[in-house]
Amino acid sequence: MKHIEFTIDGKTMTAKPGQTILKAAEAHGVYIPHLCAYKDLIPHGSCRVCSVRCNGRIQAACVQTVSEGMIVENDTPEIHEFRKAILDMLFVEGNHFCMFCEKSGQCELQALAYRFGITAPQFPLLEPERELDMSHPDVYLDHNRCILCGRCVRVSQDLDNKNCFQFVGRGHRKRLKVNGEALAETDLRVTDAVVASCPVGALMKKRVGYAIPIGERHFDQQPIGHAIEEKNS
Amino acid sequence: MTSSQEATNHPEKPRIATVSLAGCFGCHMSILDIDERILALAEIVDFARSPINDYKTFDGRCTVGIIEGGCCNEENVHVLEDFRKNCDVLVSLGDCAINGGIPAMRNNIPLRECLEEAYLKSPGVYNPSGTIPNDEELPLLLNRVYPCNEVVKIDHFIPGCPPPADAIFEVLSALLAGRTPAIAYGDLKYD
Amino acid sequence: MKQALATVVQEICKKYDFDKQRMMDIVLGVQGRFGCISVEAMDLIAEMVGSHRVEVESVVTFYSFLSLKPQGKVVIRLCDDIVDWMKGYDAVADAMSKALGITMGETTSDGAITLTKTPCIGMSDQAPAALVNDVVVTNLSPERAQDLIHNLRRHLDPQQLVTTVGDGNHSHPLIRSMVRNNIRRRGPVHFADFEAGQALKATLAMDPEAVIATIRASRLRGRGGAGFATGLKWELCRNTPSDRRYVLCNADEGEPGTFKDRVLLTECAAQVFEGMTIAGYAIGADTGIVYLRGEYAYLRPYLEQVLEERRANGLLGRQIQGHPSFHFDIRIQMGAGAYVCGEETALISSCEGHRGDPKNRPPFPPQCGYLDRPTIVNNVESFSAAARIMLKGAPWFEAIGSERTTGTKLLSVSGDCRKPGVYEVPFGISAREVLELAEADNPGAVLIGGPCRQMLGPDRFSGRICYDDLATGGAFIIFNRARNKLAIAERYLDFFIDESCGHCTPCRVGLQLLKNLVHKVVTGAGEPSDLAEMRRLSNIIIQTSRCGLGQAAPNPVLGALENFSALYTDLVSERSPGLLSTFDLSRAVVDAELRVGRQSKYV
Repeated sequence: MKHIEFTIDGKTMTAKPGQTILKAAEAHGVYIPHLCAYKDLIPHGSCRVCSVRCNGRIQAACVQTVSEGMIVENDTPEIHEFRKAILDMLFVEGNHFCMFCEKSGQCELQALAYRFGITAPQFPLLEPERELDMSHPDVYLDHNRCILCGRCVRVSQDLDNKNCFQFVGRGHRKRLKVNGEALAETDLRVTDAVVASCPVGALMKKRVGYAIPIGERHFDQQPIGHAIEEKNS
Repeated sequence: MTSSQEATNHPEKPRIATVSLAGCFGCHMSILDIDERILALAEIVDFARSPINDYKTFDGRCTVGIIEGGCCNEENVHVLEDFRKNCDVLVSLGDCAINGGIPAMRNNIPLRECLEEAYLKSPGVYNPSGTIPNDEELPLLLNRVYPCNEVVKIDHFIPGCPPPADAIFEVLSALLAGRTPAIAYGDLKYD
Repeated sequence: MKQALATVVQEICKKYDFDKQRMMDIVLGVQGRFGCISVEAMDLIAEMVGSHRVEVESVVTFYSFLSLKPQGKVVIRLCDDIVDWMKGYDAVADAMSKALGITMGETTSDGAITLTKTPCIGMSDQAPAALVNDVVVTNLSPERAQDLIHNLRRHLDPQQLVTTVGDGNHSHPLIRSMVRNNIRRRGPVHFADFEAGQALKATLAMDPEAVIATIRASRLRGRGGAGFATGLKWELCRNTPSDRRYVLCNADEGEPGTFKDRVLLTECAAQVFEGMTIAGYAIGADTGIVYLRGEYAYLRPYLEQVLEERRANGLLGRQIQGHPSFHFDIRIQMGAGAYVCGEETALISSCEGHRGDPKNRPPFPPQCGYLDRPTIVNNVESFSAAARIMLKGAPWFEAIGSERTTGTKLLSVSGDCRKPGVYEVPFGISAREVLELAEADNPGAVLIGGPCRQMLGPDRFSGRICYDDLATGGAFIIFNRARNKLAIAERYLDFFIDESCGHCTPCRVGLQLLKNLVHKVVTGAGEPSDLAEMRRLSNIIIQTSRCGLGQAAPNPVLGALENFSALYTDLVSERSPGLLSTFDLSRAVVDAELRVGRQSKYV
């Protein structure tokens, strides 16, 4: 197959035709921070954390496919500033109480904030009123922590062949909704792939919180993206 | 601990003030948790207004003010304002100071409901008079719990619940040495 | 009742072949019958079209005109656009509220009338205006509003509110509307005589490549505002291999202050449809869709009849004008109140029966659009121009306008002027000339292209309307010197916040944060650093947002900062150390003071 040559931060690399910047970079051990992109699902392009400067324009690396000679800027002060701002937007948009969240140490939003050295949100908290859905026997949904990344919507459809979640409303009123009045009305099972797909503590298994001791959790020692970057060293 | 007497004897020594507002004192425990390094710190700084030495008022300008907890009542605001006026640099220490923390969980619940739940309705409450405490000495609660940086300008932040002692030590050392603090990856925590 | 619901929903779904891609039509149909789309109705729809309730709910909750909860038999949507606001919205809203005894957003206790507000309904030249169900009422005053409520209370029939009809086709029995065209200047492209079928005849005499070559030679660029070369778009679409291609007409004229497509559809519908048909021939499509904004529903019966006439005359349908292999037909897809659907990929999503979320690009619609097939989406005015070009030839068209922007432009002029309305002017005309034509009243600023562009001050009035200087989709809003430009910028920001689809973070969250910052400055609590932060945040939103809405939304604020910077700098000042200007202790303790009955000793 013909390979496409392009550069990320001046380093030349190759991509397969149709490959996204995000995937091509990962194959070469370059980590592009991202949140809504998940495994091989159709990219959502919504969180914008993976924004890169691509031939002069800002594009989402999870969506934009590589073209011959493309010049991608990933690790620059400008891009860092954009990503930090977007992460902070996600923090202040919800109600994130990391100190008691069972996802702490395993949370991708938190891990990205750690990676970028964020000590406090740069924007005022919006403190929305959000709901907590405890109706399901084995899984709960805490809208306070939802970042509207759409992973659950797509995983439920594409991997679980169900349709447990979708977005309703628009703009700042947009929120995640379950197929029915409450989670218990859906055909969600605790064994579904969707349960593990939530990057934050919004969709969580019941009765298994805090199982991993502090210090041994996924992001306690190494920053998010470390596993990809290790391949590069 | 140094005394104010010594502080005035060494006017060149930087002075540190600390306070716990709507917090649990866990962050102050973490300050003490810098262990024997606190002795080295005591060599180069004086502690002014602080629960560590129980001085309750400012008696001069301080280099660094460390704030634990957010503002849940009028007195917190008053104290924080006092810190801002008396300190060159203010540091928000811990999640409560930074984003309100656990106390801020009440922020979407009307104050009246919070008080009724706490003093009248919740299981296990023994309150035969059925009154909600209202002594003149009790500071009035705010409509919500405010992060410190929504009340006064804050210069530095050390997140964590509580922040690791190493993070506190790094930020203090950096500020005293006049460099920008850089908290190590493993010491930057929100829990 | 339950049985009745099931029967009607079944009937409606059947009308659309139980096709979930026709979800917009289905839910609009259900709401038309029951006044809302209830949970039970959503369950039934989902079951009948093979979907899920949450998918239906996702669509219903996206569009402002669709409702999950019962509304009044009559819904009054009072337009709260800036121009309406300048022309007395507040007093009209107040009069309506008082006359109905309800506040904005409520329904009268007898369930008869709902009063709500809505962004620009395309009537800025006759503001304040409102939609009463599908009926447009214009030039409202508090007195007229009172009368209107009084009459409506009596008969609950919006159509009876139309006592005098507007000019031109407004007296057509299928329109019968009080709307006026306000065509102030007729140019040679759109408002010259047009005989249905003639442009098509000239087109079908050529092969499709030659048609595209003609459009390319005319250098026609998209009239929606972005200005992409129309011929190139058609060519890209034609050259993408596919079994089917589609022609979509963007009649979702939602940019505040724009209303020229309303006039084109009222007076030149045949020319627009002919342009679509020509495009269909050129790209090799057999289906065209007009995406008509919900606000223009009053034009639909008339437009359907124009389509019917064209079918009867062999201008639509199979073997058009006897051409053995050219078959093409057009359907109208109604929108339901969502500005973002004017974005071409969002428009496609909506036509496909989804929420009006824009799609990720690439791929672009000419490669992969409606139902994943190559699709062209062009503005109403672009199709109208294309038809004229096929009739008069590319050199004729190219001779009009400025050197680099050919042809004429329809401007929707509104605001502080004596002659608001539609002007067909050659490209290259200066803003000042337009201000003079419209007899502007002491103009202090003009917003060319609507709030997605920047407001300009008198120092820019010599600028020329063309794609190299002052690009516009048609809006030309005039503000006199007394208008508060900051308040205008803040209101436009509110508009974008309400109309964001909410898909991407910077637009969904960033705009709220920007609004808070603007509000802080406008209310006098700002510091100089806040102005820098407004610029920084605006830049982040513009750069990182996914579609044109987020990329344009900070423009009203940035425009005010750039072109009227003194207004902002006068409002901010350095603060003394101590409590922040945004923190108000007296307000923060007010709940507690009420609760315990004593005053704060710190206030």
